[in-house]
Amino acid sequence: MYELINEISRWAIPLTLLLVPLIAMLRGVSVFETFVEGAAEGFTTAVKTIPYLVAMLVAISIFRASGAMEVLVHVLSPILDPLGFPPEVLPHAVMRPLSGGAALGIATDLIATHGPDSFIGRLVSTMQGSTDTTFYVLTLYFGSVGITRYRYAIISGLAADLTSLVASVFIVNQLFR
Amino acid sequence: MVNYIWLGMIVFGILVAGANGQVEVVTRAALEGADKAVKTSLNLIAIISFWLGIMKLAEAAGLVRALARLVRPVTRFLFPDVPANHPAMGAIIMNLSANILGLGNAATPMGLIAMQELQKLNRGDPRTATGAMCTFLALNTSCITLIPTTIIGIRVMYGSTDPTAIVGTTIFATACGMTVAVIVDRMLRVFYGRQE
Repeated sequence: MYELINEISRWAIPLTLLLVPLIAMLRGVSVFETFVEGAAEGFTTAVKTIPYLVAMLVAISIFRASGAMEVLVHVLSPILDPLGFPPEVLPHAVMRPLSGGAALGIATDLIATHGPDSFIGRLVSTMQGSTDTTFYVLTLYFGSVGITRYRYAIISGLAADLTSLVASVFIVNQLFR
Repeated sequence: MVNYIWLGMIVFGILVAGANGQVEVVTRAALEGADKAVKTSLNLIAIISFWLGIMKLAEAAGLVRALARLVRPVTRFLFPDVPANHPAMGAIIMNLSANILGLGNAATPMGLIAMQELQKLNRGDPRTATGAMCTFLALNTSCITLIPTTIIGIRVMYGSTDPTAIVGTTIFATACGMTVAVIVDRMLRVFYGRQE
């Protein structure tokens, strides 16, 4: 099953690159000009995201470097300990919605320390794979079109993150404890 | 909401740094964050330009519309206020498919196109997110990934005897997250709709 999925993901992009221009050509689209027209929009889109990303990444960076992260983890760990949730993994859980790179760093460190097939290794692997970096995605996507009032998007994003976290702890405890 | 979280992270961060007697790290951290943001955006130019070019071709060839028609029953439920034939629908579908396949690099540009198209449908204040945008982001941040490629790679690197053992647990966790995202999003949409 994994081999099949792996093969699909290996072919997905090359096949798209082969078929899309080919079909477009057959449908009478002037392929080169159309591609360039689309690509030109890419530049402005990327540049527009800069101020939004700066704002968010500065805040996250301060929060992490100052030790505020550790304070938060310290406050939360007595609540989570009894739920089969090892405190070692908590920094990852708090970091996951904030910074993809940092969360991956924590995950790698935990896997290296405890072993990939340990309970902690499997738990943190599942947590890393099961959500995306909510704040980054929100900032980037909303920033690209100039949205500054996010309404309830953060609440539903974080609710999903929390659910994935609880579900990860539950299922890994069930299968690998 | 985002205003409070943003300010909170900065204020709390600086206070903690001060209490730890290392307030000078704040300046460096702030500049490092800014630096990373600009680099990320600049790196995005290449890949976004590339995928926007391909997307434009797919659109002109009618492929996006065909794909959108295929999954219409699902999208009609999730995005009731986006017209079925609108380009936003196609981009949303492409973005979610790329996420599911674990093609993170391809997912971002598609997501940005989807946002631009959704913004064209925004009949209210152009600085305020629409319901459809919130739904899209909720799905995006909790999207099922069939192959968490990066983490499997790391597991292999550290000598796991069964690197893909976590694929099943990941799908379970993310399915729960996505279900809750859809439910919470729908409830908040009604709630916020009444308030405004």
